[in-house]
Amino acid sequence: MKKREHLENTAEQEALAAQLGESDTFIDKMKRMAADNKLAVFSAFVILIFLLLAIFAPLLTPYSFDEQDLLSRLAAPSSKHLFGTDELGRDVLTRLLYGARVSLAVGIIPTIASMVIGVLLGMISGYVGGIVDSVIMRLADVVLSFPSLLLAMVIMYTLGDGITSIFIALAITSWAGVARVIRSETLTLREAEYVEAARSMGVKDFTIILRHVFPNCIPSLIVLFTLDVPSAILSESALSFLGIGVQLPNSSWGLMVNMGRTYLYNAPWLSLVPSAAIMLVVLAFNFLGDGLRDVLDPHLKNS
Amino acid sequence: MSEEKKVLLRCEHLVKEFPVDRKRSVHAVSDIDLEIYEGECLALVGESGCGKSTLGRTLIQLHKPTSGDVWFKDAKISGMKASEFAPYRRQMQMIFQDPYASLDPRMNVHDIIAEPLVTYKVCANKEELTKKVLELMDAVGVPRDFLYRYPHQFSGGQRQRIGIARAIALRPSLVICDEPVSALDVSVQSQVLNLLKDIQAQYGLTYLFISHDLSVVRFISNRVCVMFLGRVCEIGDSALIYEKPLHPYTKFLMNAIPIADPHLRGEEKTLLEGELPSPINPPKGCRFHTRCPYATEKCRTEEPALREVDGRKVACHMA
Amino acid sequence: MDEMLLEIKHLKSYFYTRKGVAPAVDDVSLQVPKGKIVGIVGESGCGKSMTAKSVMDLLKYPGRVADGEILLEGRDLTKLSAKEKRKVRGEDISMIFQEPMTSLNPVIKVGKQVREAILIHQKMDKAEAKKRVIEVFRQVGISEPEKRYECYPHELSGGLRQRVMIAMAMVCRPKLMIADEPTTALDVTIEAQILKLMKNLCDTTGMSCLLISHNLGVIAQMCDYVYVMYAGKIVEQGDVFTLFDHPQHPYTKGLLASIIHLDELPDRLSTIPGVVPNLMHLPEGCAFCGRCSEAMECCKTKKPELHDLGDGHAIRCFLPAEREAAHE
Repeated sequence: MKKREHLENTAEQEALAAQLGESDTFIDKMKRMAADNKLAVFSAFVILIFLLLAIFAPLLTPYSFDEQDLLSRLAAPSSKHLFGTDELGRDVLTRLLYGARVSLAVGIIPTIASMVIGVLLGMISGYVGGIVDSVIMRLADVVLSFPSLLLAMVIMYTLGDGITSIFIALAITSWAGVARVIRSETLTLREAEYVEAARSMGVKDFTIILRHVFPNCIPSLIVLFTLDVPSAILSESALSFLGIGVQLPNSSWGLMVNMGRTYLYNAPWLSLVPSAAIMLVVLAFNFLGDGLRDVLDPHLKNS
Repeated sequence: MSEEKKVLLRCEHLVKEFPVDRKRSVHAVSDIDLEIYEGECLALVGESGCGKSTLGRTLIQLHKPTSGDVWFKDAKISGMKASEFAPYRRQMQMIFQDPYASLDPRMNVHDIIAEPLVTYKVCANKEELTKKVLELMDAVGVPRDFLYRYPHQFSGGQRQRIGIARAIALRPSLVICDEPVSALDVSVQSQVLNLLKDIQAQYGLTYLFISHDLSVVRFISNRVCVMFLGRVCEIGDSALIYEKPLHPYTKFLMNAIPIADPHLRGEEKTLLEGELPSPINPPKGCRFHTRCPYATEKCRTEEPALREVDGRKVACHMA
Repeated sequence: MDEMLLEIKHLKSYFYTRKGVAPAVDDVSLQVPKGKIVGIVGESGCGKSMTAKSVMDLLKYPGRVADGEILLEGRDLTKLSAKEKRKVRGEDISMIFQEPMTSLNPVIKVGKQVREAILIHQKMDKAEAKKRVIEVFRQVGISEPEKRYECYPHELSGGLRQRVMIAMAMVCRPKLMIADEPTTALDVTIEAQILKLMKNLCDTTGMSCLLISHNLGVIAQMCDYVYVMYAGKIVEQGDVFTLFDHPQHPYTKGLLASIIHLDELPDRLSTIPGVVPNLMHLPEGCAFCGRCSEAMECCKTKKPELHDLGDGHAIRCFLPAEREAAHE
């Protein structure tokens, strides 16, 4: 993958860059990524397929996720059960597809929630500054200084089991990182000359944030999103694996890995298939995130 | 200066300090009295760090003054509440230095120029707004076809024209031009300067023109105010000051301009030695004395006041 | 005839971008005689910086030298190995840039950075090298050189930093210094100091200088020979007096006319209409054609060659040939 050296930021080179089409629109950048980075495009494709599989799961499989067939327990993969069956004779493929619904939902919904919280707090923190900034950022420090899994576990114990609790737990543990990035973006944007221009015109602060600051944060947000989704998926897997996440007879990839653990020797597919699915999706999101980061936001490279 | 000229903006004992830490602060603007007359172009000249940009911004309340007062016509605008200030704010607009940074890259030309009009709800409907934007584009010479283009599709000169259109959209009475041409190429620079001059005449604007470039200032301004380290050195009619500068700093500034004539280089020019003193800890007495070859004991201890000499005001004991 | 230190012959440096090839430097030939200051002047994006960077082998992706020779005392720099190029870059040619802050490492003391420049290229022990650094600091007018040696870049003002950069460029006694807009980021009074210093250094050490600037004033004050560039090509060249007194190319004339003179004040400034053409979509004929007040039919279709006017003065324009034809 070719890395683009960014031309230095002098007026002359800006002019040259403009002539060379370096300062592209969002769509140009997407096109550039599509042409430059086949891995990212492939990853986007993989994610899309998983999303479609999850959405259309009931149509794709003849079994139901909790349909037991005690006569064919721990059956090896065959044409009847593509990925075999588990200890209660449930079809692994079916549970995998239904698990994808949970895992992807857990990846996406709390990430969106954490982004909403993070963006709001980050922009307030960066734009208002002063004591407000200090309070919000110390709060973020506290959240970040906790091992996130531990914090999620504590929240899960307080809220009780269930998918909503997982959403809340994951949103609470991951907003702080978003807030930090958005705060630093806001700090830079607040000093931007076009923001000063808006202030000198008498545009209200709230409007400035909405019109000038937020839209310019969007590239970072897209990148953050693709990098936060896989970590949420992994956290859910970990929680479910530990037995405090999704509960039987519901299905989730982490839970499947956990249940299959006992039969690792006799029926390795029980754990391996969901593990592979987790790995595939997480990698796909990471590759896509990297690709997006390269074209959208060179500043984030080191964070 | 003729008496019948009306004062548009006036400041008295204006001070602006930016705190560095708990004890120290940068003395950007120190005790400045200034008057801007209606219809004139007053230039603030000086080197980087002399406080000219800060003064411009403090005058239109983009920075809150540390002390001192600012009057716009007859209203004291310093210390006003935001809601009270709003009607005055729209009469004072600004043109910025960097045409690459002063336009939001995510907005198209229409939205950029329309922003002040939308903010003050000048237009009743969208058609009227677009019509107004197109008129402004005509006025600054940006082709109408470019209405929905984005800043990155323009050259520096065209971007600056868009910035000018935005600044005059509300028909302000005062426009602060903060180094509006210093980021532009020579040939484009003269186009934009001509435009600024035309627009001033056409819209009856008053300019406060901030620049470090003495040639540009000579062309555009009626009066010049030379600043050094937060203080005014010399202020008066451009023609007078350019012809016969009285403050040593003004002389050195004029002397230092590289002249585009190879025949004029044999003569040994007297150059200003040394560097700018720190604005955190400005020298006592005359702030220029550390670099001034004519400094005496009096200059080191006593700060010179601005006084009338030869039709302009100078802050120097020797003048 | 002066002895030539640097000769650039038919240099072509292109940007290879996704959208096509941009000829940032297109068939540029220029010469720097020994001990002289040669200027390249032009607007943003005309290729003046790219020419300098081609000589220093500092072009960044996607730019690269496509063709041409860069001869330093007869040796073609484009054909050297990477190691030899590095050696030339420090010892024979050095470069100073517009923004001294970004060219200095903020966490290393400036004295040490300049000392490193010696130690890379010359066999010298550290104490000796430090002595040389302090000597050069004094030479470039840094007061209290021993004290400044221990400073970090952020502790110095812009003018001092540029002096440090010049010291770093001078420390190995190069034959050629390339200065890319060395004073553009500085205030006028500091600019005047730095220009005077550079001129003195060239006069006293016999070093040549290739000075790149957009400021015609700086060029007029400093240079012996001047090349005017427009859209990647040299459009006029000549010695500084001829060029400023009798400019022949419409572009040079336009540039000189747009300068503001302090003593005579016009009501309107003379301008060159239009904007610099996009390098990706250059017009078929002369690149200046669309902005030229004297453009003819042939300018729209044919690219003019460099027309020699004698005494080293030449312009890339059809006008002289046209006038001759009219005479006959």
